[in-house]
Amino acid sequence: MIAAWPCPGPDGQSEEYALAFDRGRKARLLIVPALFDEANRMRRMLVDMMRLLDDAGVDSFLPDLPGCNESLQDFSAQSLHGWRRAMVQAARHFGASDVLAVRGGALVFPHTLPGLVLEPAKGGSLLRQLIRARVIVAREAGRQEDSAGLLETGRTKGLELAGWHCGASLIAGLETAVAQIEGQRIVAQGELGGGGLWLRAEPAAAPEQSAALAKIVQSEIAA
Amino acid sequence: MSDTDSTLRAILCDVLGLSTERVAAFDASTGLFGDLPELDSMAVAGLLTEIEDRLDVVIEDDEVDGELLESYGNLLAFLDAKVAEKA
Repeated sequence: MIAAWPCPGPDGQSEEYALAFDRGRKARLLIVPALFDEANRMRRMLVDMMRLLDDAGVDSFLPDLPGCNESLQDFSAQSLHGWRRAMVQAARHFGASDVLAVRGGALVFPHTLPGLVLEPAKGGSLLRQLIRARVIVAREAGRQEDSAGLLETGRTKGLELAGWHCGASLIAGLETAVAQIEGQRIVAQGELGGGGLWLRAEPAAAPEQSAALAKIVQSEIAA
Repeated sequence: MSDTDSTLRAILCDVLGLSTERVAAFDASTGLFGDLPELDSMAVAGLLTEIEDRLDVVIEDDEVDGELLESYGNLLAFLDAKVAEKA
């Protein structure tokens, strides 16, 4: 269930955590999680899907992005480029045959692997939402901050957004990043039924969505 | 019910994880920010971004104030005006 994988970091190799269902089978799915809070909101649905895939004979791996979840790396040292390298490394380590990138995960997934992308997010939209949350919090606290000024600061000095200490390179990378989808199947939320869990104010399970996604993944891997 | 009204209700269901029935019962005076515990500042940011995407409008920083999110009626009136402006 719990696996470690060697990950490149600013201070050389470090070990990162992955949730793994590994029985050495041929179909091996690497799941690249969503970014920021969206990863927490979707994790339960993804883990339930992994259990269903396990029952169906598919191995799957959900690694942490360095700096996120259980990772000991410093979040402020992360960048989209670094996350891309890490996910290539994870794919190699686990011998992934296919990939499932979720939302902002589509900005950093190894696009040489076949597979699927669930509701790919644009970096600019993710950033805009985080900055907006910060502006709203500031206003409630009686401080004046504006999006344009925050973005300018973020590009040069980095920025704390919703508790995430984002470095300047992460902010600059997010601003213009779009998913590099090369033949992977794009899965729309409508195919899973119900609303997108990344939108939810609170994390929740969604067994029907897990089942629908497991089915789509299986048919795609078999194709 | 206007298109904007039904889109806004659908977004509230998705963002707040509320049932369709509960959101269908919202009227102009239903309180939002401060009345719905699910609606914290991060959720407000998500809500506004989703509204922009689905209604194809842009909401500026200085348009977001306590009054805008005080009630369902206020938010809907604001968005009706935004959508009309665009047309």
